Amino acid sequence: MNYIASIGSYAIMVKEVFKKPTKWGIMKSLILKEIDELIYGSLGILIFISFFIGGVVAIQTALNITSEIIPKYLVGFATRQSIILEFAPTFCSIIMAGKVGSYITSSIGTMRVTEQIDALEVMGVNALNYLVFPKIIAMLFYPFIIAIAMYVGIFGGWVAGVFGGFSTSADFVEGLQLDFNTFHVTYSFIKTLVFAFILATIPSFHGFYMKGGALEVGKAATTSFVWTSVVIIILNYILTQLLLG
Amino acid sequence: MIEVDNIHKSFGDAHVLKGITTRFDKGKTNLIIGQSGSGKTVFIKCLLGLFTPEEGTISYDGKIYSELSGSEQRNLRQEMGMVFQGSALFDSMTVEGNVRFPLEMFTKQSVSEMQDRVDFVLKRVNLIDAHHKYPSEISGGMQKRVAIARAIVMNPKYLFCDEPNSGLDPKTAILIDNLIQEITQEYNITTVINSHDMNSVMEIGEQIIFLKNGIKEWEGTNKEIFKTDNKAVTNFVYSSELFKKVRQMYIEERN
Ligand SMILES: Nc1ncnc2c1ncn2[C@@H]1O[C@H](COP(=O)(O)OP(=O)(O)O)[C@@H](O)[C@H]1O
Ligand SMILES: [Mg+2]
Repeated sequence: MNYIASIGSYAIMVKEVFKKPTKWGIMKSLILKEIDELIYGSLGILIFISFFIGGVVAIQTALNITSEIIPKYLVGFATRQSIILEFAPTFCSIIMAGKVGSYITSSIGTMRVTEQIDALEVMGVNALNYLVFPKIIAMLFYPFIIAIAMYVGIFGGWVAGVFGGFSTSADFVEGLQLDFNTFHVTYSFIKTLVFAFILATIPSFHGFYMKGGALEVGKAATTSFVWTSVVIIILNYILTQLLLG
Repeated sequence: MIEVDNIHKSFGDAHVLKGITTRFDKGKTNLIIGQSGSGKTVFIKCLLGLFTPEEGTISYDGKIYSELSGSEQRNLRQEMGMVFQGSALFDSMTVEGNVRFPLEMFTKQSVSEMQDRVDFVLKRVNLIDAHHKYPSEISGGMQKRVAIARAIVMNPKYLFCDEPNSGLDPKTAILIDNLIQEITQEYNITTVINSHDMNSVMEIGEQIIFLKNGIKEWEGTNKEIFKTDNKAVTNFVYSSELFKKVRQMYIEERN
């Protein structure tokens, strides 16, 4: 019952975000600030993680190929598939739920407990539009960093495969090009966009409607991380079933 | 002038305001006093339109809030200024940015007009060299001044202050109280102040209502409050040891 009520208030919140817009001049600078914070600020960690995970996927695949019948290009093929289909869009989004999500929940939550949100509302500002809308717009740029994560992840696989002696460069590249289905990339970016919306709105919801003091801000950030991840995992399943199943 | 008629406010099972009727006059500092948890903040948030009372009406110079249309309510809100208990300054903005914010949001003033207005109100609250500091870099008393500056920058007709001097040392607290009173008289504002501080009562208690468990127990001025027989009020007034001693001495001297 509680969950259903929460889903209801979440829906109402999302509707409210798009109402009574803030002056464009002010909104523009808010959006730029969020792009810097949410997108540009996450680039480093995603590149770092993608590179090494790509490498590990390549090594694991290579180590598991024991039979002579299995072609060598499989290392490149498996790296490409797992990075593009799952690792870049889904795994990175879970990491973002931790990084960006907890930042969003704690910054909005702090504004709630220190009455800054009340202050906005007293002035007649639509606080949800002012705080959440720029985050949603900034997250529209999320697919760009996921695209970068895909390149870097595959590059990491190539580096680990070739320099670790698990595959030749030619085999790896052959695997990369084998049976390339462009719809997989489309599918991946559809997921990424959906996750971007989730990453902007669920943490905002947990911050905006929190009650209590500084301690509760920390708890809200944790709860928000859990729920954002859970929703991403469930939506990942549903979208995969719908788009590929 | 604000007239409050029999307002009730509950949260779930908790009946917080139980039928309050009162009036707040223009150009005066109207105090709401009472112990922590007596409903002062909830009351002031009802006056601000942040909470909607389940019952009763609030009218602002004759305009009944609940009977106004959405846009009329918004216009009325822009005539209100609020100083929150913890100042509620925007952490991400400088002092100047905080005070400029309502102007940027709601006026079409040019950059230099806004700057003039910001300089004017900051000077009015006696803040001269903190324009470019962030809220975390200034003292509690200065934060309160910024909050007052932000609340009056749009020339409000109604000013609300929730415990404006909580967390301040007694001397700064009196300065802040006096500042609010001066501004109230200077611009003829209807000012409502929450307080549980007896110093404020003596300093600026032109009109006082005493809340207890969401009920208006008593009302009067700071001259009358020391003479009342109302048990709850005298308990509150003489809750401080200092006041108890002073009263004791006064009674002894009289006998
Ligand atoms: N948003 C809310 N939800 C539920 N209960 C609340 C809320 N705000 C205040 N209360 C309750 O209302 C009562 C009065 O609170 P408050 O107005 O903050 O007291 P005061 O400001 O006089 O210290 C308290 O018991 C408090 O728990
Ligand atoms: Mg209070």
